[in-house]
Amino acid sequence: MAEKFIEVKNVEKSYWRDTLEIPVLNNINLDIEKGDFLALMGPSGSGKTTLLNLIAGIDRPSTGEIFVDGVDIAPLSDGMLARWRSDNVGFVFQFYNLLPVLTAFENVELPLLLTKLSKQERKHQVETALSIVGLADRMDHYPNQLSGGQEQRVAIARAIATDPSFILADEPTGDLDKVSAEEIMDLLSQLNKEFGKTIIMVTHDPKAAEYARTQRHLDKGELNNNHA
Amino acid sequence: MKFLKLTWKNSFRHKLRTFLTILGLAIAVMAYSVIRTSVDAWYAGASASSPNRLVTINNVSLIFTIPMAYKEKIEKVDGITGITWAQWFGGVYVDPKNFFAQFAVDPVTYFDLYPEYIVPEEQFQDFLSQRNSVIVGRKLADRFNWSVGDPVRLIGTIFPGDWDFVIAGIYTGTKEITDESQWFMHFAYLDERMKVEAPPRAGQIGSFITRIDDPNRAVEISNNIDAMFENSIAETKTDTEEAFQLSFVAMAGSIVAGLKAVSVLVIGIILLVLANTMAMTARERTSEYAMMKSLGFRTAHIAGLIFGESLFIAAMGGLMGILITLPIVNLVRVGLSDFFPVFKLDPITVMLGFSAAIIVGFLAAIFPAIKAVNTSIIDGLRIID
Ligand SMILES: Nc1ncnc2c1ncn2[C@@H]1O[C@H](COP(=O)(O)OP(=O)(O)OP(=O)(O)O)[C@@H](O)[C@H]1O
Ligand SMILES: [Mg+2]
Repeated sequence: MAEKFIEVKNVEKSYWRDTLEIPVLNNINLDIEKGDFLALMGPSGSGKTTLLNLIAGIDRPSTGEIFVDGVDIAPLSDGMLARWRSDNVGFVFQFYNLLPVLTAFENVELPLLLTKLSKQERKHQVETALSIVGLADRMDHYPNQLSGGQEQRVAIARAIATDPSFILADEPTGDLDKVSAEEIMDLLSQLNKEFGKTIIMVTHDPKAAEYARTQRHLDKGELNNNHA
Repeated sequence: MKFLKLTWKNSFRHKLRTFLTILGLAIAVMAYSVIRTSVDAWYAGASASSPNRLVTINNVSLIFTIPMAYKEKIEKVDGITGITWAQWFGGVYVDPKNFFAQFAVDPVTYFDLYPEYIVPEEQFQDFLSQRNSVIVGRKLADRFNWSVGDPVRLIGTIFPGDWDFVIAGIYTGTKEITDESQWFMHFAYLDERMKVEAPPRAGQIGSFITRIDDPNRAVEISNNIDAMFENSIAETKTDTEEAFQLSFVAMAGSIVAGLKAVSVLVIGIILLVLANTMAMTARERTSEYAMMKSLGFRTAHIAGLIFGESLFIAAMGGLMGILITLPIVNLVRVGLSDFFPVFKLDPITVMLGFSAAIIVGFLAAIFPAIKAVNTSIIDGLRIID
């Protein structure tokens, strides 16, 4: 039996526009096992990003609990949550979100600046991460000298550089052509299979979702129970 | 510091904008420093004055004279250890544009009361021995290319006629703020000619200068002097030398106040410029800060990056400002040397100018930093540039 790693329990989330409550997530219950690769699918506006953000600890549920490795992250203070993210979460964004003034090396090093690692140790980690994504030869390139697919690989290297306990990716192939998208999915799947990383990925693309071990569908804020 | 490189790279992301902001700061610091130096120059006479000297003039105004005969009475006042006198000559050298201060003085006592004017002994002896000789300041001599032995003719205005002099010596000041642009002639030379040409004007002087041992008694001694001449034809007004000098500055007080207001305004404007730059910068980077926060960067990190960048730009502007201030103060010193005998950049001015830049850097970062810190991650990430 695989162990329960992430547990979303009775989570509801509403946004407020002035006095108008906009319910986004309804009574979400979701268990994710360690080493899983989950694809979260669903129509636009169904609340996929919202759910991912809650698990990521960058947004808070209106009600309910989110346990990660036994810790309920909802009541943590902002500062504690920031520390928790830096220790546990690797982020991959649709638009890569690399800093344009930093080289590939420096972008990957960015989250490591928050750790106590020495300069030498950081260098080692960055080089390892960049060689995993196949960009060891592009360390000194700036984002605008890289293709979209390469930028996303740098972003993935940044996500794994701190060796987080899980990786969250919101439409990681949403802005890429078919070939680059396949490379990115191969890479994520390799991280899952070879390195045992737990991955939660939001995607619109059924082909991308095929790389995942589990697929879940969100619709109008409700999670369908079919395990595809 | 691990974050210095990012601060540095961020600062030069928009090279032109950063350069213009630094240039603006530099010009503001320079303007502030030059203005403050000018204000200092106004007060230079007062700050160079000695607390041990009192000046007695006619109670009506400086342009009215007092009789020489007061000397015997004044020097007997308790607390006074020396006395000399001076009369404003006001002659023209070639062209009225060539204005400089000319005093007819009693040679021995005057230089005794003003030990800050240094004259080589040999030149001083020549001065004493020749009635129509003069001692001039180093700067004045340089200005007109005079050397010892040169004949100089002044056209009298207050004391009409052609007056011929010989340069006997050149004095230098003991301090940097000592005025080296004055001209000292024999009072006797002036007075003897007055006895012949305008007898009622003989024996009249502009001011007595007295030395006191105890500056704390200045007010008491001044009052004692003035009390002696109450209700006489020429009532006197005695003050410390500093108060006397400040009374000239007071005439220009509103100009000085205006200059000070301008210098504060300049700093205020540059605050707006830098605040605007920082606000633009922080707004453009909203999604970057959100990304960094999602990675675990905390309030202090984000605020640190914004303050660091603002302070860095401000410090660059401050340093550059100091660098351009030095040559400009020199230019002004040369250009206005007739007007300001002492025009010197005070280290305190440099420090204040630089500090003003740093304070501006700090203030300019507050609002953008608060905004960046308070923008939630999900709102920040939503903005795609
Ligand atoms: N900060 C917010 N304030 C108000 N409403 C929000 C906010 N964030 C999301 N919403 C709303 O919540 C709903 C779900 O948004 P979410 O971004 O989670 O959808 P999604 O499934 O990720 O959609 P997409 O596939 O287009 O990315 C949408 O109706 C959206 O308008
Ligand atoms: Mg989304």
